[in-house]
Amino acid sequence: MKFLEKYLHKMEPHFIKGGKYEKWNPLFETLATFAFTPKLVTTKGTHIRDGVDLKRTMFTVVIALIPCLLFGIYNTGHWEYAVAEGNRDIPYFAEMGAKFLTGLTIVLPVVVVSYGVGLTIEFIFGMLRGHSLHEGFLVSGMLIPLTMPADVPLWMVAIATAFAVIIGKEIFGGTGMNVVNIALTARAFLFFAYPTSMSGDKVWMSGLGDKMSTNSADLDGFSGATALGDLASFMSDKATVAGETVQSSMALQNFSTEYGVWESFVGMIPGSIGETSTLACLIGGLLLVLTGVGSLRIILSFFAGGFVMGLLLNAIGGNPYLDLAAHHHLVIGGFAFGAVFMATDPVTASQTAFGKIIYGFLGGLLAIMIRVLNPAYPEGVFLAILFMNIMAPIIDHYIIQANINRRLKRLKTA
Amino acid sequence: MSNTISIRKGLNIRLVGEAKKEIKDIPVSKTVGVSPLDFHGLTPKLVVKEGDNVQIGDVLFFDKKEASVKFISPVSGTIESIVRGEKRRILNVLIATDGKQTAKKFDVSKAASFNSEETKALLLETGFWSSIKQRPLDVIANPNNEAKAMFVSSFDSAPLAPDYEYILGDDIDNLQKGFDALSTLTDGKVHLSSRPNSIFSKINGVKHHTFDGVHPAGNVGTQMHHIDPVNKGEFVWSINIQEVAAIGRLINEGTVSSSRKIALTGSELKNPTYVNVSKGTEMSAILDKGIVGSNVRYISGNVLTGDQKNPTDFIGYYHNQITVIPEGNEYKFFLTSGWLGHGFDKFSNSRLFPTFLLPKSKKFTLDTNTNGEERAFVVSGELEKVFPFDILPVQLTKAAITQDIDGMENLGIYEVAPEDFALCEYVCTTKINIQDKIRQGLDLIASECM
Repeated sequence: MKFLEKYLHKMEPHFIKGGKYEKWNPLFETLATFAFTPKLVTTKGTHIRDGVDLKRTMFTVVIALIPCLLFGIYNTGHWEYAVAEGNRDIPYFAEMGAKFLTGLTIVLPVVVVSYGVGLTIEFIFGMLRGHSLHEGFLVSGMLIPLTMPADVPLWMVAIATAFAVIIGKEIFGGTGMNVVNIALTARAFLFFAYPTSMSGDKVWMSGLGDKMSTNSADLDGFSGATALGDLASFMSDKATVAGETVQSSMALQNFSTEYGVWESFVGMIPGSIGETSTLACLIGGLLLVLTGVGSLRIILSFFAGGFVMGLLLNAIGGNPYLDLAAHHHLVIGGFAFGAVFMATDPVTASQTAFGKIIYGFLGGLLAIMIRVLNPAYPEGVFLAILFMNIMAPIIDHYIIQANINRRLKRLKTA
Repeated sequence: MSNTISIRKGLNIRLVGEAKKEIKDIPVSKTVGVSPLDFHGLTPKLVVKEGDNVQIGDVLFFDKKEASVKFISPVSGTIESIVRGEKRRILNVLIATDGKQTAKKFDVSKAASFNSEETKALLLETGFWSSIKQRPLDVIANPNNEAKAMFVSSFDSAPLAPDYEYILGDDIDNLQKGFDALSTLTDGKVHLSSRPNSIFSKINGVKHHTFDGVHPAGNVGTQMHHIDPVNKGEFVWSINIQEVAAIGRLINEGTVSSSRKIALTGSELKNPTYVNVSKGTEMSAILDKGIVGSNVRYISGNVLTGDQKNPTDFIGYYHNQITVIPEGNEYKFFLTSGWLGHGFDKFSNSRLFPTFLLPKSKKFTLDTNTNGEERAFVVSGELEKVFPFDILPVQLTKAAITQDIDGMENLGIYEVAPEDFALCEYVCTTKINIQDKIRQGLDLIASECM
């Protein structure tokens, strides 16, 4: 690697102040610091520093997302096949190579657009502010595609990414300064700006929308399309028929055959690209917890909050949504993905140890509450996390105030 | 004997280059320097001028704001020059030594029965007062204040730190005299904190405490926090234990002894060992030709809180250790030794590196590379793991950065010194100079609230 190092040395004078390409310094520095840890030394304070830096931290999160990405690619491919065959029940683990490749052709462009748009904007802001790329977007750029439905138009991904990076992050000062999670900002933007492309029953399987408009006869088995969407439609079925309790349990039964706990846990159901597999999320989560990057406190309390809310709603009961088993709630929709990758974002989560527990618990609680009690938004997880992002400073405020009060009390008793 | 206080939050950074338990005598270097910069916030007023003859104990300069606090010559000789920097700021007072080490005599015949004022006067006159630091602010104690307690730590838990039990093993008598003198200074207690089964438990007239666990267990700030924390409006004083022994020697002998035993440590030393040197000795005279490489950093003090020096500089006033480690001013390819490398050569408190898998006996050679660039705070919960205080380190640092005086007061700025945050700074993923931020916060408090 000596030749690369020498080349960088040779090029460096052009990019520093007064050089030919002074303006492009952030780009040069980003590439140079990516290839080589720079020769910066400590100048004041401690003379040695821990090996860890933000690049390694963020890269670990990207690695943790790979199981979700790979599974998401395969799952997307599978449902594309199912739509093409016009049969929802084709075997899941067959023609795996072909399904994966098909999935790749759908998912890869979304990833490329997300990174392309986001990094370009980050570089522009970097050049305006005169600093190299800060690593936050390495993770956001991977999270955004994984929260998108497979059939999302690429231009929407581009707009959402641009909105999230500019309004969600850069106007607050960049990485580490944002108030709400970047990826969820992108998701929420699309959800409210283009609701027809982000929810409903056409968007979750690639190709379904086109096929439905040309030939609806083939598609009897495809109403609903996601677990949460189906649950909602089962509910509206029920409203038209008398004999409520019977209907409710029947609807649940139908739902459970279509979306069994095990199928949902593994992720063999339609949904956003990366969110369907609880298993893949937990593998990533395990890596995050073992390396200490993700907070176990938040992940566990988030699941606990969701479970408790599920039990509470079960106790009320009365319609399929309320009756759906609490543990079943935890494996459908984006619950696991949100718990592991979204709620744990250290910048927007609660910063204090006890605050993290409250933050996670309330987040999980709200996610299921919104999902069940507000049928207009079948997916409550991203709304719940965004809401808790806003609330996190308030939680922290009380934790900090408790710390201050302990000190004041000491002063009084002293 | 009180119960053992075990410090769990912290980190022992395991470095190569611990000092061997042998003592070499180093003769006084030809030139010796006393720098006012070693004392934070001091504005010196010179007493001597170039060409003056001085002996050990003669005053060189005093504190312009508090004229009773005097700074003395550690050697006998002639004032060689006054080194000045920008705006004629005094950087160093250089003394050409005569090698005789003649010392000024002080009257200590009645020292055993001294009251508070008399002890204070003796310590001020002999220059020992500058060794006493106060909290809040972590500066030289103001002799006009009343201290609610005094704190002395009998061990240093910093990386490669000297072992005071070894250094002061023969000095118990001097220590006893020193502690007797100190105990007159405060109406409160003198707290002496030691490792379990310490030889210092023989000392009488102090309140003993036992501390166990990882660094910063030996930091006096940690001990204060767990024994009797500082509240707003209170003052506590602390002093290094080797200085206590030197005060004892003054009371026994009537002269100031400027010889100290210090540890030479670090991976770049051929022969890390203890040496007996005079205060203010030139670094190169001590280290001589014992350095392995050429691209090294000389540190007066330890790797966490010490000062960077040139070989031609002098040992810092408060330091009992010299550390020499490699400089890290070279590029590191990201896959081999850079940010995405295997990391077996790096010492990290984070489990992103395999340090936690390696045996506890494995020692590391660390260089001065920052291993990454500075960023805004991103990671949470990281500093808390190495900060054994009931204080929120990130929030306090942020209050200091934003110059939020109320915030700093509420969050505990009066209790802390920059050195308490040294480990936080070490482990910080986003490479923020936390000690510097805290010092700026303290300076602001000093100018606005004290």
